[in-house]
Amino acid sequence: MRLWLVTLIAAMALVCCGCKNRGAVNVVGSTSVQPFAEMLAQEFAKKEPGVRIDVQGGGSTAGIQALAEGIADIGMCSRSLERDEAARYKAIIVARDGLAVVVHPSNPLGNLTREQLRQVFSGRIANWKAVGGKDARIHVVTREEGSGTREAFTKLVMKDEGIAASALVQESNGAVKELVRTDPGAVGYMSLGLAGDLKCLSIDGVAPSGETVISGQYPLVRPFLFVVKGTCRPEAQRFIDFVLSPPGQKLLESEGLVRAQ
Amino acid sequence: MRREKIISAVLATVAMSGIAGLSLITAYIFKEGLPIILRVGAGKFLLSSTWAPSEGKFGIFSMIVGSLAVTAGAMVIGVVFGLGVAIVLTQFCPRRLAAALKPAIELLAGIPSVVYGFMGVVILVPLIRDHLGGPGLSVLAASIVLGIMVLPTVTSISVDALRAVPRSYSEGSIALGATGWQTTHMVILRAARSGILAAFILGMGRAVGETMAVIMVAGNTAQVPRSILDPVRTLTSNIALEMGYAAGDHRSALFATGVTLFVIIMILNTIAMTVSRRRGQKAGRK
Repeated sequence: MRLWLVTLIAAMALVCCGCKNRGAVNVVGSTSVQPFAEMLAQEFAKKEPGVRIDVQGGGSTAGIQALAEGIADIGMCSRSLERDEAARYKAIIVARDGLAVVVHPSNPLGNLTREQLRQVFSGRIANWKAVGGKDARIHVVTREEGSGTREAFTKLVMKDEGIAASALVQESNGAVKELVRTDPGAVGYMSLGLAGDLKCLSIDGVAPSGETVISGQYPLVRPFLFVVKGTCRPEAQRFIDFVLSPPGQKLLESEGLVRAQ
Repeated sequence: MRREKIISAVLATVAMSGIAGLSLITAYIFKEGLPIILRVGAGKFLLSSTWAPSEGKFGIFSMIVGSLAVTAGAMVIGVVFGLGVAIVLTQFCPRRLAAALKPAIELLAGIPSVVYGFMGVVILVPLIRDHLGGPGLSVLAASIVLGIMVLPTVTSISVDALRAVPRSYSEGSIALGATGWQTTHMVILRAARSGILAAFILGMGRAVGETMAVIMVAGNTAQVPRSILDPVRTLTSNIALEMGYAAGDHRSALFATGVTLFVIIMILNTIAMTVSRRRGQKAGRK
């Protein structure tokens, strides 16, 4: 009986130590930044095996919340900070990302103007024929309320208009991709670096690519941010330094993003 | 003697902590959710279908309709197949085959819901899109996926209900010259009616509460669906989709969605309990 009690207390003590041990650097936030951060973390682990980097998704806003609550050391954010957020936290641009408008590979359409794009996503244009495609219904795919990608898209394209209430809502880049890959009538948006084998439309006649994003010709570009409190732990700072260093930036570039400067 | 007292005290504490957990959750959901319902107005919150948290508009009517539509569809599929299987297993199937089939169907309950959702997205949704039209993500897709998910619940409880019918009933019926099918649908199904109803309601509770699989196949559009091929958002998926981001009023509105769901499920459970209690009394009288 007593032995049990001792074991129990020992186990609890161990668990508590586990909570207090903040060895790992927690990076939490946008699911758009997440895959790139994971890759950088792997690369970083090769250089500094002593520091563990834990990367988690959840969304831009969730990342900043986690930062506020002290759960995360670094918040990942795929939109610009709101005013009150900018007052409290420091944002570091780690890369720029083109927002690709993706359609099924069989879709004959090649280009949309920003005005057409707005009309499609607000639901005023509901047939591909109206923008020069074939006669078929447009299935608009959007992200959920609060997603950084959605906020960036709204800001860059929609202006004052809302995204149609009839749009399909998917809760991750992966889910949008899966849907657009299989539905010939679908149109969605996601990070250019994640678009993979989907067809990306040109916007205002400019095809999205590393060059057009960096030259500023491609209109739909947003920053990828690492958000930190004023000062952060040395391990976290070393990770940020690595991301901004030439090898880190090069790695991001090789994955379809555009370097910060 | 002392030992026994200690054990009973420990067990009592464990039991009470279960109940305490339940009341804590209830109190917390209501504390977080009720204020916004009162502020927006219960009528407006429940009967408006404009859901635009960023503009401060919280109306969950489309999601209540969505939950009910998807659940109704799931129950049609779940009950037709579940009850069908239960009848075959108890009435028309060699005992040894039934002994193998019933566990196989109950195994369906062990598959994680995300697997059902994934199968739905990869197989069912394209089928619906190509052959019936619409975006594929729809009330129909969600109903079919949920219908399969409630199958084990409906089947196993119906089987128990049908098996509980005294043998003398069917013997009497057959002795009077009724065929096997006549006996089944006129005598046995009637005698087991309340048990089957309980199976139906428990299955319904599962369908209303399911989240993951529904998010993946329903399309999550916050609009009242006009046909079964339209996408739809349910109460549970509304909470799960936006919980990660929500703050302030938006977060409270999601808790209020939870309150609504809680009330719906409580109503279903109360009905189920009343029905099964009535069944118990009937059995006792015999």
